[in-house]
Amino acid sequence: MSRLGLVIDIDACVGCHACATACKEWNGQSLMAGGAPDYQPQGAEPSGVWFNRVRHFEAGSYPESKTLNVPMSCMHCEDADCVNVCPTGASYKRAEDGIVLIDPDKCMGCNYCAWACPYGARELDTDQGVMRKCTLCVDRIYDTALPEAERQPACVLACPAHARFFGDFDDPDSKVSALVRERDGQPLMPQLGYRPTNQYLPPRVAPEVPAPAQVQPRGTLQTRLAAMVNRLIQL
Amino acid sequence: MKPALSVIFFTVASGAGLGLTVWVLAAQLSGRVGAADPVFLPAVALAGVLLTAGLLSSTAHLANPRNAWRAFSRFRTSWLSREGVFAVAIYPLAALHLWASVQGLALARLSALALIALALVTVASTAMIYACLKTVPRWRTWHTPVAYLLYALAAGGLLWVALTRSAGPADPGAGWAIGLLAAVALVKLAYYAKFSARVHATLNQALSVPERAAPGKVQGRVRLLDAGHTGGTFLTNEFGFAVARSRAQALRTAMFVLSLLLPAALLLLGQGPLAAWLAALAALAGMLLERWLFFAQAEHVVRLYHGQQAV
Repeated sequence: MSRLGLVIDIDACVGCHACATACKEWNGQSLMAGGAPDYQPQGAEPSGVWFNRVRHFEAGSYPESKTLNVPMSCMHCEDADCVNVCPTGASYKRAEDGIVLIDPDKCMGCNYCAWACPYGARELDTDQGVMRKCTLCVDRIYDTALPEAERQPACVLACPAHARFFGDFDDPDSKVSALVRERDGQPLMPQLGYRPTNQYLPPRVAPEVPAPAQVQPRGTLQTRLAAMVNRLIQL
Repeated sequence: MKPALSVIFFTVASGAGLGLTVWVLAAQLSGRVGAADPVFLPAVALAGVLLTAGLLSSTAHLANPRNAWRAFSRFRTSWLSREGVFAVAIYPLAALHLWASVQGLALARLSALALIALALVTVASTAMIYACLKTVPRWRTWHTPVAYLLYALAAGGLLWVALTRSAGPADPGAGWAIGLLAAVALVKLAYYAKFSARVHATLNQALSVPERAAPGKVQGRVRLLDAGHTGGTFLTNEFGFAVARSRAQALRTAMFVLSLLLPAALLLLGQGPLAAWLAALAALAGMLLERWLFFAQAEHVVRLYHGQQAV
């Protein structure tokens, strides 16, 4: 039994959207996720299904402000209301690793699960008429044909800032558990009581930068004369 | 939330049909109306048509209706599933009741009581589909099921008054129907007073960033810089719907006029069937407006991640 999920370091995330595009690249083809379609990709109003979206925020006001880049995908909640409200049984949470998935063969596309999700993690595939969401790349992480280092979600592998970590939160010695312990990892919107698995490492307060000196020393008569001669020569 | 017309029509039509069912059965139980009365079968037929039209309409918002039959499978956890099971269970029970009523069996009393309970439970389940969602604070309140039940009974009552006036004998139900309309208006006023200025969740809470007084932590009011997409998304389409405050106020006023003042005036002033039918139609129009506002003004918490400061 394990509890798989992601840790996202808000301090390290540069907001480049590489995780989101890597997710789209992998899951757009994936049989497990069933695809993440684009609508009018070259048209006037391009849109489409994304399992992972990066939003950009600012905390505080200048100059004491901090930019927060916040990638959000399914949090694989322990008390996932999206699973509870699903009338068809298409949405389910796996007992063995806690991954929340959708069975597209059972989904009737009623949107009710998307209504129950506070994170906007579920989006309707209007081509197929079924709901889509992050699978935690369940078709990568157990694939023994892949080298062990690549048995991770596509978003984690793609992140150039090492802001994303994948692991088992039930294992106290895992990287994700240690990071949450050391950096005071927080879930998003915990007050709803869904107990999201994914955790976010809050930004650290930047050390204070000393103010630049106000007055430059004038220098001796000799150095000022030398500087004046140099300027004259350059004329 | 996007006000989907198919869902709005479903809640209004099925609610009115189930409300009418309760009125017909209550009249039958009290002995005022029998199965042989000329008003009985038209009333049952109208209730059945309204319920069926509503249920069919609700499948119109499904993206994949082929799997709609599976919606009965999660009775233990999903209010949507429960609503479906209860609504469909009404048909065989109604058939049994009609048969028992026509035959004049004592069983008809029992089946009438069971049908009344089932109709009320179905309307309450419809309301709980919305009231159980923690993500929409404006739905998650006792006002939601109470308003759904009162509206269903009031609309059903007005239809019943219109049907009985058309059939001939004067009906004592008009006073009750007006009382129900007044009650639902009070509930809606209490609801609007409660939700006009209340904050349930803020953007800071949504991102777990303290707004102030958190030494050693990044803090301060959070605002959206960029939502990360240039076009519309499923989320902005489904949850981004907003109605201008002045327009909402005008619609609210129209709702109170249509679903309380106009039907009450028509029933009190006019004694004929035409006034009663007009009153019922006005109330149904007011009910449609109420449901439209119920969706249009509901704010989903995902709006916080799209830049709204509070919901």
